Amino acid sequence: MTQAPEAAESRTAAAVRLAGVSKAFGSGSGALLALDNVSLDVAPGEFVCLLGASGCGKSTLLNLVADLDKVSSGTIDVGNARVALMFQEPALFPWLTVAGNLELALRQRGLPRKERGPRASELLASVHLKGFEKKRPHQLSGGMRQRVALARALALTESYQGRRSTLLLMDEPFGALDAMTRDLLHDELERIWRERDLTVLFVTHNVREAVRLGDRVVLLSSRPGRVIEEFPVDFERPRRIDAPEVSALAARITDRLKEEVSRHGS
Amino acid sequence: MVLEQKSEGVPEAGVNRELAGLDALELTTSAKKSFLARLWSALWPIGSAILISLFAWQLVVWSGWRPPWVLPGPGDVLPVFWETLQDPKTWDAIALTMRRALIGFTLAVLIGGVIGALVSQSWVLRRAFGSLITGLQTMPSIAWFPLAILLFKLSEGAILFVVILGAAPSIANGLIAGVDYTPPILLRAGKVMGLKGFARYRHLIIPASLPSFVAGLKQGWAFAWRSLMAGELLVIIGKQSVGTLLTFSRDLNQTATMISIMFLILVIGIVVDQLFGLADRSLRTRWGMDDKNR
Repeated sequence: MTQAPEAAESRTAAAVRLAGVSKAFGSGSGALLALDNVSLDVAPGEFVCLLGASGCGKSTLLNLVADLDKVSSGTIDVGNARVALMFQEPALFPWLTVAGNLELALRQRGLPRKERGPRASELLASVHLKGFEKKRPHQLSGGMRQRVALARALALTESYQGRRSTLLLMDEPFGALDAMTRDLLHDELERIWRERDLTVLFVTHNVREAVRLGDRVVLLSSRPGRVIEEFPVDFERPRRIDAPEVSALAARITDRLKEEVSRHGS
Repeated sequence: MVLEQKSEGVPEAGVNRELAGLDALELTTSAKKSFLARLWSALWPIGSAILISLFAWQLVVWSGWRPPWVLPGPGDVLPVFWETLQDPKTWDAIALTMRRALIGFTLAVLIGGVIGALVSQSWVLRRAFGSLITGLQTMPSIAWFPLAILLFKLSEGAILFVVILGAAPSIANGLIAGVDYTPPILLRAGKVMGLKGFARYRHLIIPASLPSFVAGLKQGWAFAWRSLMAGELLVIIGKQSVGTLLTFSRDLNQTATMISIMFLILVIGIVVDQLFGLADRSLRTRWGMDDKNR
């Protein structure tokens, strides 16, 4: 038995692999280093929460993984996955109906025209929005819009040409919602994540949310963003955001975060 | 582990019901007014404005500021207006004028659209040509006529030239503004979806800039209509147009007829403007861009 094949396998096994990723904006002496030598492996099917205060480059990191921006140095490997990114705003196209928004995403993923309508309805049903196909985004509430955005992101993680791709990036997707809606969407997201065997990279500044959802919470420092500590979260699911063990770990992480933030004050 | 007892968590059916409950609570229900009520609320302000204007006009006539053969009152003009409307010659003139307006405006849309699409491509072009286009927009179209007449003689071409120059800048500007103000978050969403090249224009940029483009069309029409009237007064050729009716009635001292033609010009302008306004409003309502209380 040799080690080599196993090592090779573990290299391809990661759904996302960031190795020494740095990102600077601008150039010369005015350059701002947003991310500094970030390395992170996310296993297939893992739910990883990226947590940090303002200016830790969380969103920058997701943009890099989604290929919306280029790294300054280092590498990002997402295998052959097609990446979906969900924002804090729903960012639905107001000129399209709810179904139209999903169908456009499905079109972009190469689904034949005839199959798009039924598929869009299935996706809507999976976020409990059956029957809202013909509505326009502005006719829905904030929470409903965000569920449509989730359905659109799911449409983008799917593949119709034999490529398996289940990477979902989420940039504070529930940050603008009220607490009750957010709690319900946590349950929704968790269910969908399990059903669809997704790999999720979830950015938030809400510590409890991170502990509620993540298999692992990765804490980033601010300006520049570095990984300072990782917290495995092995509580059984589904968790409640107000469960004592969630609160306890959240308190620990918050302390660590405060320590990091106060470093900038002095 | 101590966590065992927590494993029930939130039951699925519960989530479903709670979500449905929230959805129902958060959906706004808006009462729709009947068609007649809406028609009435649209018409009565216009009706009162017309009555007040007619009354003010009558007051000026009653004051004796000008003799009635120079400035006739509404009582003299309205019957003439009615006669003018029944004269087939009037409708022939309107047909010719509207044909010119339509051809000129269509060409202006094509030219303005192409220029707008080109200039909106890069910020360098926008910097370079943006202010020039805005400058052209402020230039009174009648100032183009000496050049137009030199270039095209007294011909349809001269009128067309000025109508296009009047309307195209507004149309180009509307398109450029629309592309400029496409919300960045939608551009990012499009990028995540992999919208590129022509598909990006078809599914994102063009629909996103449509409201601004329609506003540009509306303004372009107003400029085209003004330029056309100026043109028809200056370049008198061929068959009777609305402009020539106006000129001839003045030459023949038929003041009542002249004012009737002016009414006609006003009404056509308002009607077409309303059509653009309708398109604009229905677009905004469909996209949820209007404020709900109107």
